[in-house]
This record gives sequence, C-alpha cells and structure tokens, in this order.
Amino acid sequence: MAAERGEVKLIGGWASPFVARPRIALNLKGVAYEMFQETVGKKSELLLKSNPVYKKIPVLIHNGKPICESAIIVEYIDETWSSDGASILPSDPYDRAIARFWTVYVDDKIPDAIRKLRPLVKGSAVAEVEAEKLHAALQLLEEAFEKCSKGKSFFGGDNIGYLDIALGSQLAWIKAVEKIVEIKFLDKEKIPGLVAWSERFYAHEAVKEVMPEADRLVEFTRMLLSGSFAK
Amino acid sequence: MEEAKGEEVTLFGFWSSPFVHRVTWALNIKKIKYKYVEEDLCNKSDLLLEHNPVYKKVPVLVYNGKAIAESLIILEFIEETWKENSIMPQDPYEKAIARFWATAAGDGLWQFFITEGKEREEALASVINNFELLEKELIGKNFFGGDRIGYLDISVGWISYGVPIFEEITEFKIITEEKFPLLHAWMEAFSSSEFVKDTLPPREKLSERYRKVREAIIQKKN
Repeated sequence: MAAERGEVKLIGGWASPFVARPRIALNLKGVAYEMFQETVGKKSELLLKSNPVYKKIPVLIHNGKPICESAIIVEYIDETWSSDGASILPSDPYDRAIARFWTVYVDDKIPDAIRKLRPLVKGSAVAEVEAEKLHAALQLLEEAFEKCSKGKSFFGGDNIGYLDIALGSQLAWIKAVEKIVEIKFLDKEKIPGLVAWSERFYAHEAVKEVMPEADRLVEFTRMLLSGSFAK
Repeated sequence: MEEAKGEEVTLFGFWSSPFVHRVTWALNIKKIKYKYVEEDLCNKSDLLLEHNPVYKKVPVLVYNGKAIAESLIILEFIEETWKENSIMPQDPYEKAIARFWATAAGDGLWQFFITEGKEREEALASVINNFELLEKELIGKNFFGGDRIGYLDISVGWISYGVPIFEEITEFKIITEEKFPLLHAWMEAFSSSEFVKDTLPPREKLSERYRKVREAIIQKKN
C-alpha cells in the first residue's frame, strides 16, 4: 500500500489554516507525507518553483507534480486515494454543490474577517463593525450546519467531510481573534450547533495534532504586527 | 436535445455575464434542454432572491427545484448529473490543473482593464506571466480539454471574446499571434465552435457596456 502512494510532500506553515486543510485530508486517508515548513517572510526556492502563479502555501507535491490551492488539493486527495478511508466529498451531486458553495462562502468571509480583526484592540469601533460581519457569517453557517448535518455530527454526516475541513481549519484563528479583541464568536447561545460541532472537530483523530494553539497564534500576530518577520 | 425525463432545468442569467455564459456552454455541450430567465440586475426577481439568498447573483441553475449557485460549482454539478459528453478530465491531476486555471487564468485582467499608469503596468505583467503558463497547457492540443472543449475551455472561454474587447478599448494588444500563437488559435477555435458561436452577446453592445463601466470607474478615481 505504502509503495503505491508514491512520494507525497506538502509545503506549508504551522500557522496557516489553508495548510491545515490538506494535512487533515491526508490524515483522514492515512497517507504519510513529508512536511516542508516555510519560513515566514522568506519564500523557499521549492515554493517559488512549485507555485509560480501565487507563490503561496499550501502546495502538495505528489510524485513531483505540484497541486496548488487548498480546496483543489483536498479534492485531489479525495480522488487520488478514493479507496482509503471515507469519502471526503459527499456522493450526491447536489450535496457536493452545497458543500462547495459553503466552502466558497467560508473563504470569502472568514479569512478576511480574521485579517481585519487581528490587528485591532478590544473595544475599537472598527472591531465592533468587523465583528458584526463575522457574527453574521457564522449565523448563516449555523443554518447551513443544520441543513447539511441532518442531525449527525459533522457537515459531512457521520464523518468529517469537505466543508468540515474548510470551516474547521479556520477555527484556530477564530479562537485567536476572540482573545485579541475580547469578543466571543463561538458563542453557545448564538450558534449552539456550530459550537458543539467545533468541539467534535477538534477532538477528531485526524485533526487534533494539526490545529495550532490559539495562544501561539496570538503571539504570532504580535510578531507579525511588530515587523519581526520582515526581510 | 436530451429531453427531461421529468427533469426541470432553469438557468437564471444576464446577457453580458461571462459567468452565465460558462453555464450556457456546458448545457449546450451536454445537450441539456433548459428554460432561460433573463434577470434585470437592477431589479432582481423574487425567484432569484429566493434561489440565491446569500449572494443574490446570476448564474443560478435550478434543477428539479434545487438551486445551485456559483458558475464553476454549477459546471461540476452539470458534469456529475449528466454523464454523457464529459467535460472534466478523468485524471485527478489533470482535474486539479483545470480547476486551478479556471480561476487563475483571469487574474489581473480586470485590473488591467480598469486601471491606468503604473497600476496597469503591474496588472499587465501578471496577466502576461499567467498567459505564458496557460499557453503551455495548449501544447499538442486544440483545446484545453484535448480534442474537444472541456471544463477549462468553458471556464476561460470568456477570454475569447472579452480580451479582444478589452484590447480595443485600452488600445493595447495582449494576445498577439507572435507572442501567444496557441492561445490566439484557441480563441478562434473556441468562439467559432458550434456550442459557442450563437451564444455570444452582440459585440458592439458588450463593448459599449464595458466602455461605460471602465469610464465610470476611472472617473470615480480621478
């Protein structure tokens, strides 16, 4: 089995939620891989060669062939190791479209909210405005969770699926900005379904060693803002 | 036309939208019978708002009462629902490449179109970089999909009629036969394909629309 997998490399960084996605997917499939950690502020030759268009992480390199963009990489992993583990994407075309739609929505709203919130301080007017947007997005995702999960543990049903990975990978940074601006986003009163889901997600075998600690991300933010990573 | 076996397919669109055109081409290639609803984007229908409450945009494909939004997602749905006349590559790596370029190919083009001076130069540089890589994807092929039009052709198909319009308005030629022979040939082959040629919006009308949009944006900045 191992010989058939070929050579699997992942170029990434511990803090990136986008890198967490293929890591979780590979774990779900039981595929071993070699991790190449990028240094913040200095892109490696391997990265620049493997992703000449965007020069961003993650990049999966399978038998020498690079695949870019986290959502595309997750689909590639699901299709390549289709007989290993449960399917990451749903089997029904409409369910797949829904999972892909909400993933587009997550990528549209969440990273931007995190980027805007993390340099702010508690109580700032801008923080209030940006927080409202994040609350609204999470509210919509709560409704999506109700519909997609159909009473089961994850968006994907009994197993972690494509949308679980897409949104779940953002949780570490959501928790980090909660600490930075001191606003509760993962609020049991407002989004009970998602809060319970997030706990199950974090506890999952394929996830727990991948997600960085929120405190570490808060420290990372401090360093980022003070220019510690500048060349 | 594949007659609906009790299937109802409706496409909500707008005449000039390249995202809607993607779906039209896929439906044509798959020979799917569908009803088309032209939306007035300044006065969106209740049905559109009901089917795409999150983004309120076209295209939306409604299949047996279920609504699917986002053009590339609709393409994948069409491929998975109607098995004949396949548009996606079979190989996972080929699929990943096609999906990557579906969004990356257009990067910088809009920026190039709506900016001036240094901003425009930077956008142009990134467009040229991307087109150089995209050109390589056509080596040995008539279309990105090989012998036939596929997902990537459909996804970037708007380049075949959009770029000449941008070039005309900005008075700058990007895709020349000398610099991008394969892309240049592809544009011609794609736009004259049986699935595409009768779907293109009237060039003058489209050009006028883009011209006005560009003027408005540039004026706002100055």
